[in-house]
Amino acid sequence: MLSVENLAISFGGLAALRGFSVEVAEREIVALIGPNGAGKSTVFNIVTGLERPASGRVTFLGKDLLAMVPHAIARCGIARTFQNTEVFRQLTVLDNVLIGCHAHLSAGALRGALGLPAVGREEAAARETAHALLARLGLDDHAGVEARALPLGLQKRVELARALAAEPRLLLLDEPAGGLNPTETRALMGLIVRLRDERGLAILLVEHDMEFVMSISDRVAVLNDGRKIADGKPGAIAADPGVIEAYLGREDD
Amino acid sequence: MRSLTLAMGAAGLLLWPWAAPRYFVFLASLIVVNAIVAIGLNLLSGYTNQLSFGHAGFLAVGAYTAAIVATRAPGAPVVVALLAAALVTALVGLLLGVPCLRLEGLYLAMATLAFGFVVVEAILNLDGLTRGNDGLRVPAARLGPWALATDGARYYLVLVVGAAMVWAALNLVRTRTGRALLAIRESEVAAQASGIHVARYKTLAFVISALYTGVAGGLFAFVVGFLSPDAFDVFLSVDFIAMIILGGLGSVPGSMAGAAVLTVLNDSLAGFQNYRPLVFGAILIASMLFMPGGIASAARRLRAPLAGHPRVAPGSRPGPE
Repeated sequence: MLSVENLAISFGGLAALRGFSVEVAEREIVALIGPNGAGKSTVFNIVTGLERPASGRVTFLGKDLLAMVPHAIARCGIARTFQNTEVFRQLTVLDNVLIGCHAHLSAGALRGALGLPAVGREEAAARETAHALLARLGLDDHAGVEARALPLGLQKRVELARALAAEPRLLLLDEPAGGLNPTETRALMGLIVRLRDERGLAILLVEHDMEFVMSISDRVAVLNDGRKIADGKPGAIAADPGVIEAYLGREDD
Repeated sequence: MRSLTLAMGAAGLLLWPWAAPRYFVFLASLIVVNAIVAIGLNLLSGYTNQLSFGHAGFLAVGAYTAAIVATRAPGAPVVVALLAAALVTALVGLLLGVPCLRLEGLYLAMATLAFGFVVVEAILNLDGLTRGNDGLRVPAARLGPWALATDGARYYLVLVVGAAMVWAALNLVRTRTGRALLAIRESEVAAQASGIHVARYKTLAFVISALYTGVAGGLFAFVVGFLSPDAFDVFLSVDFIAMIILGGLGSVPGSMAGAAVLTVLNDSLAGFQNYRPLVFGAILIASMLFMPGGIASAARRLRAPLAGHPRVAPGSRPGPE
């Protein structure tokens, strides 16, 4: 479904990625792990069109993503969350999610300004969808609250709801458990797996929480110093001596 | 309760010319004109975070377009003149908006400021059309067989057009387009990730904002009856910005409130021209310090506890990991 081949990119002479490849299949949960600065978020930024690699290929459902701008990539069915949550802080939770629906609504400025009945029907349907999503993610009590007034854990969930509102085929989650407490993290693990099952989503995620990664991923790719040093089932990765040395070993310090 | 308030407000607006002295009818027309500009500016600066110091320029383009149409085609109904003002100004907004896509913050403010100066220079130089520094007399607005020659008649024209513009703006901001503009203000990266074509909506904001200001300019021409370039200087642009900051960035009702307060204030200070900037400056600073979010958010805060909206206290948010 998503195929990333041989990405290379450097920032100010420092190579962030040197020939990185990864594949994500339909309904697969793939985790991207590696030490800080290994280039994980850069992979996300390249896939979503925010950064352009010096070389390499990115295709999604047969389309060349490197030839596309970010909003067009989003419309292909790729939604994402951000490492340092990018909720629309001064907008209500409901509006955040409605903006996620943007690509599926059709009302232009003129039809919207004239308040045509068709626009009203479209809006009502979008609101219904958004409320259903909020209920699904346990955010229904907060629909009318400004996103900035929520604690970080809930802001992350608002961001997830906004991404899901776009009805993506592939979801990119950048440190979904970052800043969450253990209870919230466990709830999120269950939620992600259920979302994959219910919606047939493919998910690519970056995460530092090893318990999280090992228990929900179908496959784990390990990135170190811009290169992929391992790619396989969670059990195999946990036992890989190269990975332990590069990454897991260091965490025990 | 709410509809009762609205009905009473509407009745008050409709009966105003019978109740108020002539000058206050004129002043009310000016408030509506400024409210339309403030809404237009707010769509650009408050909703989309593209600060403009050039809206006096858009107002001038609209005003002169309507005046020239009314002069050259004396029998044409006022609707034609206003439509021409809207379309010409919207086109100018498009032509300014596209190059401004590459600019942000201070640089965008400088570019729009320069635009304002260019418009005034253009009016001075195109004196065959605009009569330059001599000023341009605007014929009375015509509606079929009637000439709208009294302050009352002009007030009703302005009120009807203004009501339509407010209604359209309220519709717009509640739908997909308004949300897309707000999303761009809040986070361009997240807006793109949600499938929003940021460049297109930023340009659209310029066009809509210019269109609103152009219509307001057309109305302004008929309300004051005489145009000269010095009425459209940079201080007018700053007044418009003051209106939306006082009223509330990102709020249509706030734009109207800000326009009303500052238009009346401007008028009451007419005898103390030297102190006007001082008073305006003080009001701006005070409103930013004590009323962030302007009149609109102050009104919301007053209403919120009564309606029992659930509110989570800010500050309960843990710091970054």
